[in-house]
Amino acid sequence: MGDRTAVLAPYRAVLASRVRAQRSHRASFRLDLGSSMLVGVVELAEIAVLFLTVDRLGGLDLAAIVLVFGIADLSFSLADTVFGHCDNLPTYLKAGTLDVFYLRPQPLLAQLVTSDISLRRLARAFVGLVALVAGLVVNDVAWSLGNVALLVLAVLSGIATFSAMFVWAGGMQFFLVDGYEATNAFVYGGRYAATQPASVWGRPLVVVFGFFFPMAFTAYLPALTMLGLPGGDWLPGWLGWLAPVAAVWAWVLALAGWRIGVRHYQGGGG
Amino acid sequence: MTQAPRGRSRRVRPVLRTYSRLLAAGFRRGSRYRLAAFGGLVANATFGLLKVAVLFAVVDAAGGEVAGYDVGAMSAYIWISQGLLGSVNLMGRTDIAERIRTGDVTTDFLRPLDVQAAAVVEDVGKSLFALIPRGVPTVTIGLLLVGMDGPDGPLGLLLGALSLLLGITVSCATVYLVAVAGFWMVDNRGLQILYMVLSGFLAGLFVPIALFPGWLHATALATPFPSMLQFPVDVLSGRADHATAALLVVVQVGWLVAVAALGQALTRAGRRRLEVQGG
Repeated sequence: MGDRTAVLAPYRAVLASRVRAQRSHRASFRLDLGSSMLVGVVELAEIAVLFLTVDRLGGLDLAAIVLVFGIADLSFSLADTVFGHCDNLPTYLKAGTLDVFYLRPQPLLAQLVTSDISLRRLARAFVGLVALVAGLVVNDVAWSLGNVALLVLAVLSGIATFSAMFVWAGGMQFFLVDGYEATNAFVYGGRYAATQPASVWGRPLVVVFGFFFPMAFTAYLPALTMLGLPGGDWLPGWLGWLAPVAAVWAWVLALAGWRIGVRHYQGGGG
Repeated sequence: MTQAPRGRSRRVRPVLRTYSRLLAAGFRRGSRYRLAAFGGLVANATFGLLKVAVLFAVVDAAGGEVAGYDVGAMSAYIWISQGLLGSVNLMGRTDIAERIRTGDVTTDFLRPLDVQAAAVVEDVGKSLFALIPRGVPTVTIGLLLVGMDGPDGPLGLLLGALSLLLGITVSCATVYLVAVAGFWMVDNRGLQILYMVLSGFLAGLFVPIALFPGWLHATALATPFPSMLQFPVDVLSGRADHATAALLVVVQVGWLVAVAALGQALTRAGRRRLEVQGG
């Protein structure tokens, strides 16, 4: 036990310093929190506006999409709080500062994740949580053992899946550097896809965002299962229970990508 | 930072030459980042396909037309707006913001150039270049994979090009306002995120503003954001007829004058407030 505390102590010290640093400029921090919360609200509005023009979209109504959005956005924001910092990897690669991490006797990924943590991203998670609760209430989801288990499973698997996306993208950065935006297509495109009714996708999108990057498993499919909706040919409602399998697959992909990237890295020179 | 009133006419041409060189420099600078352009293209096309799926489903669910958009018009909206993403700054990040934060802007004030005009012109040059590796290929992908409506004749195309240039300039001049706020704030990341969230949504990036409920539509029109994306897209896609297109261009000019004047005033005030750490 004492050993473990000693191992974690440096991470805790770094994280605490990051948290204090962000709160030191109060006005900026408040604007930061407000803006981040607005990100969540606007993202919900983007989807909701569509449901004001038509009653049903891809078999879902407004109430159902709020539930899908709530699960997806809560999971994504929490994953983003911890792993979103992987996005800064190209900056470190270009400046050569990544090499500093190699000097310390701790795993590279663990250092990268704990080198910064964004409190403002928690503000966005709050919007996701409110949407999730609202979704559960307006859909009259029964508090049965099955539904509670499914919800917990969905959120935990969703956090794991989105975190895996950040790590996978991080591994790709070692090759892409300036082309980092290409991974945005799947990380942030994935977040956008996760809040959509997946039933409107054509075959290629189902392959990419349904299975390869298992975005449909983060929120859409668990919501279908919870609401007892049928879903489509390729993405039937009962698949929601397989969200943890999707999360495991996403991490296989992430760790493979990360390993290949780190092995490829030759150092910043100097 | 203004020119001396004496000998003004003799000085206009060298000044214009300087700015046209800055424009060209920005253009060339953009051309150095080929991999970045490729990454942006992948992202634009993927988001485009996701938007096609959901927005076509909306058109379909509404019975083939929604707020004047049929499938062809919706496709044009999606692909032209995706193509403009590399050129219209909806992120809120600029080089000048970083120079203001670090204090490097003091060097810029020493140059015989207007700080605001130089920053905006160089950004416009960079944005214009992005049309080649990101704008044209994105629209081509959409045209080949999905098909779409086009401009309303040669006059429509001409108005579209003008509207596009104005849209890019309005975005560069507005994002400059976010940068100059750095004279008063130590860290303007919160403001930058605020700009990113509001600009994308109100410019009509994810949903055409014509689909907004009335009050939200009116709110959007009270900001410069539709001038950056929605208006150029409406003109280029032929959704706006010639008269409407001309009106939209006039509105864009109005916003450009307004944000440029505000930027000029803030730059002067900020210069007086400027404190440099150390040195």
